[in-house]
Amino acid sequence: MNWRRSTLAVLGSVPLIALFAWGLTRDPSEIVSPLPGRPAPDFTLGVFAPGEGGLMRPVGDTMALAQMRGQVVVLNFWASWCLACRDEHTDLSAAARMYAGRPVQFVGVLYNDVASAGSQWISQMGGQAYPSVLDPGARTAIDFGLYGVPETFVIDGNGQVAYKHTGPVSAALLARKIDSLLALPSTAIVAPASDNPR
Amino acid sequence: MTEGRSSFLRAWRHGSKWRLRAVLIGGLTLLAPIAATIAQSAAQDARNAAAQAPVVPKAAPGGTLTPADSLLEARTSALAAELRCPVCQGLSIQDSPSELAQQMRSVVRDQLAAGRSEREVRAYFISKYGEWILLSPRPYGFNLLAYALPAFALLAGMGFVAVKVKRWTAAPALDAPAAATATAVDDADHT
Repeated sequence: MNWRRSTLAVLGSVPLIALFAWGLTRDPSEIVSPLPGRPAPDFTLGVFAPGEGGLMRPVGDTMALAQMRGQVVVLNFWASWCLACRDEHTDLSAAARMYAGRPVQFVGVLYNDVASAGSQWISQMGGQAYPSVLDPGARTAIDFGLYGVPETFVIDGNGQVAYKHTGPVSAALLARKIDSLLALPSTAIVAPASDNPR
Repeated sequence: MTEGRSSFLRAWRHGSKWRLRAVLIGGLTLLAPIAATIAQSAAQDARNAAAQAPVVPKAAPGGTLTPADSLLEARTSALAAELRCPVCQGLSIQDSPSELAQQMRSVVRDQLAAGRSEREVRAYFISKYGEWILLSPRPYGFNLLAYALPAFALLAGMGFVAVKVKRWTAAPALDAPAAATATAVDDADHT
């Protein structure tokens, strides 16, 4: 009888303990995006901050993802009210300057903010090397499954999302992702870069 | 074991019926809300299916709400209540006042107005945010655990109580003086 009871207790509790142990290995705040490896949602958005030098695009010009085929696109969602965006700003501009003249396009997307606040922020931060666009109604942000800012998407030459980064991104990480995509022929179907950073 | 069972049956016959009945009634009382929830969700599904009829929502001149507008609004609210707000803690985009939730709600409304079905709009959000966006997980695969565990726990609890009741009612038969006392107590309860 005792053996039976013990066996029952073990059979009942072991799966529960195993389930809870597995639960402890997961971070509930970390939500895996289904986008990497899939075609990036298309967008056509108007420029409000032109960028600098060779990367400049006139204010009011539209930028469409469909027109950037064959280029690696770095899409960074930011806002003037976002503190973490300040941390990555220098790195993003530095990376954009580093890849100037190569088939790499950096685009900033202003998220739930107004153009004037965005422009003021850019001048406070000492400029932004690449153009930024407006996203009315956050439609593009929702298309990209945005949770918050900053979030950065790296899109390959075939228009597929290769990598998604949540939180401030570093120039070194961006360079690694971009280099891995530039090394691939643009017609190749690439696997998510998060799995093979180099 | 056989002795235990026969003593249990004796106890069943002699004055302890009310205990088992109490367990059964208790069990049914616990099951009732579950049955009600299932019935409610079935009714909701039926309403959603009824709302699938094509609608051409158009704001009437002067800003009054047409029946089509009201239907679209009801469909939007029902679907928005199923979708999780990404910037909140456990709130749906229907209940959250946050800017992103409101924008997502307007995406739901626009897609429904464009003739998309609830299933298609849900699939759109799942393709962007993953199944995390659904407040209730879809009942298949590993998700079934979330649905099965409460029922399993309820059954296990009922089983545990049944076993305990069996022990309580069986004990007097195993021990003659105690049985006499228990019968006396039972009799006293009945008077």
